[in-house]
Amino acid sequence: MTWFTIIIAGIITYFMRMTMVALVDRDLLGERVKAVLAYVPSAVFPAIIFPGIFINDYGNFIEMNDPKIFGAIVAILVGYFSRNVIATIISGLFSYWIIIFLL
Amino acid sequence: MLSKKQIFTKGILAVAPHMFSVIPFGIVCGAIGIELGFSPVLVYAMSIIIFGGASQIVFLQLLSGGASALIAVTSVGVINSRHLLYGAVLSEYLEKLSFIKKLLISYLVVDQGFAESNKFFQKNKNETNLHYHLLGSGGTLWICWQISTLAGIILGSFVPEELGLKFAVPLTFIAIVVQDIKKLDHVIVMITCGLSSLLFFDAPFKSYIIISPIIALFVAALVLRLKK
Repeated sequence: MTWFTIIIAGIITYFMRMTMVALVDRDLLGERVKAVLAYVPSAVFPAIIFPGIFINDYGNFIEMNDPKIFGAIVAILVGYFSRNVIATIISGLFSYWIIIFLL
Repeated sequence: MLSKKQIFTKGILAVAPHMFSVIPFGIVCGAIGIELGFSPVLVYAMSIIIFGGASQIVFLQLLSGGASALIAVTSVGVINSRHLLYGAVLSEYLEKLSFIKKLLISYLVVDQGFAESNKFFQKNKNETNLHYHLLGSGGTLWICWQISTLAGIILGSFVPEELGLKFAVPLTFIAIVVQDIKKLDHVIVMITCGLSSLLFFDAPFKSYIIISPIIALFVAALVLRLKK
């Protein structure tokens, strides 16, 4: 039964990936829609970023002095100026670790 | 003009830095499945059949918590529905591919691969064989996801939890969008999405993950209208 459920979940996920690429003719989308689609990364990824920072494992809001907020600010600054993905992730993690392990 | 191999390599290199978050997340995902009491084969099969990190964890947590199969499947569908948006964006660059190739390449589209390949596509609209970038990025993410979930299944969560490596997930996505914070319109859209995700975090089926982008895209449409 669990196997059957996984396969259904997999088929649904695959259809989400495939539908717009393979089944929907791009010409059906108007110019306005295409212009709005340029915002997709900015409109989607904060829904992963914000809860990942501000909500803890138990589904509660963190305190405003939580080390994750500091880590995120460091990562934003380093990322903006370095334009380097590794530097962004590492600086965020290290500043987070410095606070939780050393301070 | 870049060769297929050059574009493919650029795709691999573009997602390589994201392994800092993908690999620990994969290990956790594999280990959680075993801890929740599912068979190793079943937990691993999900990495091939569903191939979507967060949705795999939620799926197993729901089933082990006694939720019905319908609720588990619905949650996976809702969490992964953001791929409809990715597909709509990518279709512009993939429209010349044959139907079969479209069917195959779609399987490899995941968050980081979409983000990095889309950036490459925007800057290199005139190149041919753009899809090799997506093959490079998606293929790399696929292989690393398989290896890391397998490692988590076999070895357990051998990455110490105190390290808080889950925090690498938001950091990865910060790295993806951070250059857009110099554009006011993008900042408005990002803040709308972020605040909506906190506001709707407790909505059923983890639906904040698609509700907030939809709200943010409506705001984007408004911003576009005001800009004219």
